[in-house]
Amino acid sequence: MTSYETEEDLPDAPIASEPTDSIKTASWRTFRPVIKLEKCTKCNVCWKFCPDVAIEINEEGWPVVLLDYCKGCGICAEECKPLAIEMVKEEG
Amino acid sequence: MVQVVMSGNHASSYAAKLARVQVIAAYPITPQTTIVEKLATFVASGELPAQYIKVESEHSALQACIGAAALGARTFTATSSQGLLLMHELLHWASGARAPIVMGVVNRAVAPPWSLGTDHTDTMSQRDTGWIQFYAESNQEVLDTTLIAYRLAEDPDVRLPVMVAEDAFYLSHTVEPVDVPSQDDVDRFLPPLARAFAVRPGETQRYGSFVGPELYMEFRYQVAKAMKRAAHVRPQVEEEYRRITGRHHGGSLAAYRVDDADAVLITMGTASTTARSVVDTLRARGKKIGLAKLRLFRPFPVDKVCELAATVGRIGVMDRCYTYGAAGPAYAEVVAALFGGLHRPIVRNFIAGLGGRDVTPEAIEEMYESLLKDRGPEVEWVGLKRRKGVTTHG
Repeated sequence: MTSYETEEDLPDAPIASEPTDSIKTASWRTFRPVIKLEKCTKCNVCWKFCPDVAIEINEEGWPVVLLDYCKGCGICAEECKPLAIEMVKEEG
Repeated sequence: MVQVVMSGNHASSYAAKLARVQVIAAYPITPQTTIVEKLATFVASGELPAQYIKVESEHSALQACIGAAALGARTFTATSSQGLLLMHELLHWASGARAPIVMGVVNRAVAPPWSLGTDHTDTMSQRDTGWIQFYAESNQEVLDTTLIAYRLAEDPDVRLPVMVAEDAFYLSHTVEPVDVPSQDDVDRFLPPLARAFAVRPGETQRYGSFVGPELYMEFRYQVAKAMKRAAHVRPQVEEEYRRITGRHHGGSLAAYRVDDADAVLITMGTASTTARSVVDTLRARGKKIGLAKLRLFRPFPVDKVCELAATVGRIGVMDRCYTYGAAGPAYAEVVAALFGGLHRPIVRNFIAGLGGRDVTPEAIEEMYESLLKDRGPEVEWVGLKRRKGVTTHG
């Protein structure tokens, strides 16, 4: 990620050549979803419902939470039919 | 140079053509329509090789200009009143995105009640959008200022959008002889844009997209700095224009017979022509009065207002607009400019000419007479029809 420190560093216009995913947007999360794979049925409901596209399906078909973007809203845990997702309080 | 009899609106169209605009995006609205109508004719006949984008609203018109400007095209649009208000969101966008768009605005009253007459509420309520704002007094000034606007907007130290405002009907639909500079002269004054401005074709980029609180203020500060620099660049650009065409319209605050004046009235747009003749009439009767025409509203010419205050004890500000709960916007700016200065003349505000009401010589004479009195209301609505015959408030 390009890091600008002061206003003098900024480009002439608000223009960026890298995609927005370089901006980590999860710093204010207070609860993180923890997926218990032993209960997971690979139904992909959590992936479908995540409003922030912060759940990926890996090569084996398991859901993986992208903690750089997950804001801990808990929708995945709410929607998970086999109750495989637990919201765990962040430390500190 | 040739002299052509034309309306203020056509002066705007001719200026855009002479500026060799490459993209025009517009939506019609009275009394602006004939500006873009004329440009459409130029494009259709092949006289102006530009892209003419017909859009579904003013909001889209400005958005199209922002996109085209980002790719380095010289752009033009025009609007009035409700159309300008619909653009409001994109006005902020254009300055924040540093798009050097030039827009002709025909000042028309805002509804309700519905009105077509001139009034400065439409442009003055865009004060905080980061646009440079000029107000023209004549059709000649519309043409000249529009060309000056391009040089100023595109200056590498400025890169901000500019609106050139003209009073509805008094200029927009009234014809007068206008000196039209030759294409060669305009080309010398206004060279083509050298490069793509922000976005590079073929590259994936984000324009005006998300920024966190750690840098948002810094982007805003850049716009603030650019506006400050515009105040320094503008006189040089206007001097250069004078060198090529021989014409200059008196800078940001054009003074007339102020040297030994006891009282000076500040006006904007076409009211200035009437006020100038009133100054001559009253001077002939021995009244020491003068006039200062405010041509530039943003960046506001604080220094020129303070210079004026150094020699004059009474300043009246005529506003063709009113800020509810406060006063006229030009008055508020003048007072704010003077507060930190050395000289504190008496300043009074005259609200006049709203919704196309004629600002007659008698109305202006009334302002001078009121201004020369020892005491008076801070804000006076001149010519207001009231049973009591009292025209004060606040």
